[in-house]
Amino acid sequence: MNPVNYLYLAALLFTIGAAGVVIRRNAIVLFMCVELMLNACNLAFVTFSRLHGNLDGQIIAFFTMVVAAAEVVVGLAIIVTIFRSRHSASVDDASLMKL
Amino acid sequence: MTHAATVHSLWTTAAAAPDKIPSPHVEYGQLSPTLIVLGAAIVGVLVEAFIPRRQRYVAQLFVSVVALAAAFAAVIGLAAGGYGTSKARVAAMGAIAVDGPALFLQGTILLVALVAVFTFAERRLDPVVHGNRVDSFAAQAAAVPGGDAEKAAVKAGFTTTEVFPLVLFAVGGMLVFPSANDLLTLFVALEVFSLPLYILCALARRQRTLSQEAAVKYFLLGAFSSAFLLFGIALLYGYAGTVSYSGIADVVDGQVRNVTPALAGTMGNDALLLIGGAMVLMGLLFKIGAVPFHMWTPDVYQGAPTPVTGFMAAATKVAAFGALLRLLYVVLPGLRWDWRPVMWGVAIVTMLGGAIVAVTQTDVKRLLAYSSIAHAGFILAGVIATTPDGISSVLFYLAAYSFVTLGAFAVVTLVRDAGGEATHLSKWAGLGRRSPLVAAVFAVFLLAFAGIPLTSGFAGKFAVFKAAADGGAGPLVVIGVISSAIAAFFYIRVIVLMFFSEPRTDGPSVAVPSPLTSSAIAIGVAVTLVLGVAPQYFLDLASQAGVFVR
Repeated sequence: MNPVNYLYLAALLFTIGAAGVVIRRNAIVLFMCVELMLNACNLAFVTFSRLHGNLDGQIIAFFTMVVAAAEVVVGLAIIVTIFRSRHSASVDDASLMKL
Repeated sequence: MTHAATVHSLWTTAAAAPDKIPSPHVEYGQLSPTLIVLGAAIVGVLVEAFIPRRQRYVAQLFVSVVALAAAFAAVIGLAAGGYGTSKARVAAMGAIAVDGPALFLQGTILLVALVAVFTFAERRLDPVVHGNRVDSFAAQAAAVPGGDAEKAAVKAGFTTTEVFPLVLFAVGGMLVFPSANDLLTLFVALEVFSLPLYILCALARRQRTLSQEAAVKYFLLGAFSSAFLLFGIALLYGYAGTVSYSGIADVVDGQVRNVTPALAGTMGNDALLLIGGAMVLMGLLFKIGAVPFHMWTPDVYQGAPTPVTGFMAAATKVAAFGALLRLLYVVLPGLRWDWRPVMWGVAIVTMLGGAIVAVTQTDVKRLLAYSSIAHAGFILAGVIATTPDGISSVLFYLAAYSFVTLGAFAVVTLVRDAGGEATHLSKWAGLGRRSPLVAAVFAVFLLAFAGIPLTSGFAGKFAVFKAAADGGAGPLVVIGVISSAIAAFFYIRVIVLMFFSEPRTDGPSVAVPSPLTSSAIAIGVAVTLVLGVAPQYFLDLASQAGVFVR
């Protein structure tokens, strides 16, 4: 199969993730959409790595996974704290500072 | 295209017995500032684990201050050794650049962090609780605000001394960010300094729900923007087949011509370059807080604990502008005619947007947040110049601006009423009659923001606008001066409010700080005045430092 198709898939996944961040309102779902975007990046890296015939892209994919894991730790901690104090993870409820 | 038939030989032929992988050569001496700070951060984590709670504060403060001072000494040592000028080089297998702008910005970040750590450690502003002196940070971040666990933690005198290692980790990332010489290092550094900042935002002692809200907003938008940055990196990697800055620049300049047939669709494909470059720029402009990626700035600046806001506003901006400069001047100079119009537009809306919206603000932290947006626009004007003067003026402006910001936010921590910091502007009315010294110091910072002569703000703005005008961006300078005038209006308004209106009877009082915050504010004032009265030495320093290694 033509490897370029994987790039289209990556772009599609990235777009779905970005649209999800804009449309959805639950912080956890937003966060999952961001993770989808990061995984779309990984797919793009691995595909380009195959196209170019060097291993840089695959190494970067590993780094991305580690960074995504670190981001999960920090992000879930923050979302859980705000859920415990408000009993809601909706980002629309978090509007104390709106003018 | 028949990609399947013509994929690179690496994938189709069984590789010969793999060669021994050479061990990477790392110049530890040239990376010492970063290594010292990150090492101290790990020591801080160990202190948190093994030292009794009562002694952690002193131990953490000691470790942080010593590490930041030592790292600054290392930067000075490297600069004195000529690494900023004649011996500028790329270290750590091409991952890190050790050159003038990198060292200048690292020095600035380290000094800013050192002063910020003083404000983090301040324990005399909040009233004594259950016999314990407390700082600006939550007793126990995991406890629900207002719940029993929080009361118990406050009663037990817990403090979040983890802020010190978190700051050190953030500083470590910020040191790498402007010196990153490949896109992977750039991304990892971005995350290393962002993640601790997200946590720090959530740790305020007062108004904890506000603080947590700020952290959620910052985190979600920050993660969103770094995903864009990463996809941009993926596209640039697809375009050039490498993530090293010089490698990409070579492909952009058309110096690499031996494209294998399998890569005809990707390598050198301008669509990948333009979209990828735009997405990477988007990620950096988010960190800078430029319009239209500024939406997080006011909320996060308002909600975060004020010492964290000061640190974030100063140091993040320095690091992110350093990375932006390197990206535009080293990776994409060949694409100048494409990115300059875009950056023109961004600079114009940032300057005008920040200044105009700031006029309507009623909260001093939000006011400073919008002012920081406007200043990002002024600095972008220098970035657009694409001349050596542009680089050095941006370096100077960043150094001047970061100390003014740090000092201004330190003053904000002093003005307090029963609910903690009194940030609403109406409460600042008549402050000049009640505490002339604090009001006068804040007035100095506001005048520096406004760019009045004899303050560092004027020297910085003059350098940036001069570079922009010489670089052929005259209209931008005109708009910059107009928005400076708009911005001056609301800075002067605050000064008038402080000095020429009657103090309110229920107004806030000014807390007497410990020598920590006093010295932070004093350093801010001193740098503001010295850079304003005698900027030449520092301008020369910046212009010596203004050459990127490639």
